[in-house]
Amino acid sequence: MPITHPFEYYKPARLVDALALLHTHKGGASVLAGGTDLIVWLKEGVAAPRALVDIKGIKELEVLELKDGMLRIGARATFTVLIESKIVRGKFPVLWEAARTVASVGVRNRATLAGNICSAIPCLDSAPALLVYEAVVVLQGPAGTRRIPITEWFVGLKKTARQPDEMVTSIELPLPKKNGGCYVKLGRYAGEDLAQVGLAILAFADNTWRIAHCAVAPTPQRMAGVETILAGKPLAAALISKACARAAKDISPIADVRASKEYRQHMAGIMLTRGLKAAAARLAGTGPAYGTSLL
Amino acid sequence: MTKTTITLKINGATRTVDVEPSDVLIEVLRDKLGIKSPKIGCDRGDCGTCTVLLNGQTVRSCLVLAVEADGGEIVTLEGIGTDGLTPLQKAFIAHNSFQCGFCAPGVTLAATELLRKNAQPTRDEIKEAIAGNLCRCTGYTPIIDAIEDAAKPANKKTKAKK
Ligand code: FES
Ligand code: FES
Repeated sequence: MPITHPFEYYKPARLVDALALLHTHKGGASVLAGGTDLIVWLKEGVAAPRALVDIKGIKELEVLELKDGMLRIGARATFTVLIESKIVRGKFPVLWEAARTVASVGVRNRATLAGNICSAIPCLDSAPALLVYEAVVVLQGPAGTRRIPITEWFVGLKKTARQPDEMVTSIELPLPKKNGGCYVKLGRYAGEDLAQVGLAILAFADNTWRIAHCAVAPTPQRMAGVETILAGKPLAAALISKACARAAKDISPIADVRASKEYRQHMAGIMLTRGLKAAAARLAGTGPAYGTSLL
Repeated sequence: MTKTTITLKINGATRTVDVEPSDVLIEVLRDKLGIKSPKIGCDRGDCGTCTVLLNGQTVRSCLVLAVEADGGEIVTLEGIGTDGLTPLQKAFIAHNSFQCGFCAPGVTLAATELLRKNAQPTRDEIKEAIAGNLCRCTGYTPIIDAIEDAAKPANKKTKAKK
């Protein structure tokens, strides 16, 4: 299907030039990173920008470094880059685990983490991991730099806190203290599929937890109620049941071609149970290797 | 909108072509450059039949604008095995891996990329690497078997002899 909507294409080499282009087009320009969502939307007519600003020529957005306890992931970092990064795999394994479940190799070679959170579809695999790592989204725009905690980033279906003349330049993840974690994804089969339910979990030695979901509400979110129930107590069967009961109340999955509402509800409980156990076991050093499917 | 002339190195040859910013790479390859191995299947990134190597990595050419590839290097199935079939292609033949063949160019490129990065993949790694390449004929088993076979050291021309 050809793209029938015409637009201008720019590929600036400097961030300032990209920002100037976004500014002069006053919301009529779209940032093009991997394009794996945007090109589909252009074909379908869902997006109709007057201009595309391709950021793949901007060197400073390539950054991927852990410095002073902070991982900085530049807007150009693709999922393949994240998966192949020793730092991500070693220090942020839940993000690594989630990145490996995104679409397929050919998509991951193009699609970026920054683009993924800007598309903000409800089932985006990267969001639960970013939520449990308490990521901060760094934006640049005419007003300078803004830093938005990931908890305030997703404001609605495909809607984020980004202004049209702003651009995500990086995503920052503070290095957490010793933890065990997991990303559990329910697809219709192993391999390329959108999540029907996604859960990320981090367990800490003091029995505190960070838990977040995707695909079971209009926006991905932390599950504060579940975290509170679990906090400070040893993980026992009765406690897990309580946590699952609370989780069922906190999510509002939809029914679509991929799964019914009831199935998602049911599986969310099973995934939470297995995820909690796996995260605790990984914290203790006895869990299955990261990347092992828990379903 | 502004027409531009882009330069691509395709299967070793430098080609220039005039494109609109909205021209999608798969259409430019097929309709303007006459390269027919990448196919249009789903046209939205799901099926992998439009796969080409862009600067050494598989991409879905239905999700890439031609202008984005300007100055880049593209390899399609036409550029694989130009000095005789690769061990992978021989294995596909030996295993009768394809029926209609519609998925074959994409699968071949995806498996080529896998074996370049990971010379000895596990069966699960093979499945994951071709998870984005849909085949409606074979049930995948003969494809996976062939990739596994091609990865065996005996079939690897490039493996250093001990
Ligand atoms: S045609 Fe490109 S992935 Fe299906
Ligand atoms: S052989 Fe027909 S689609 Fe794969």
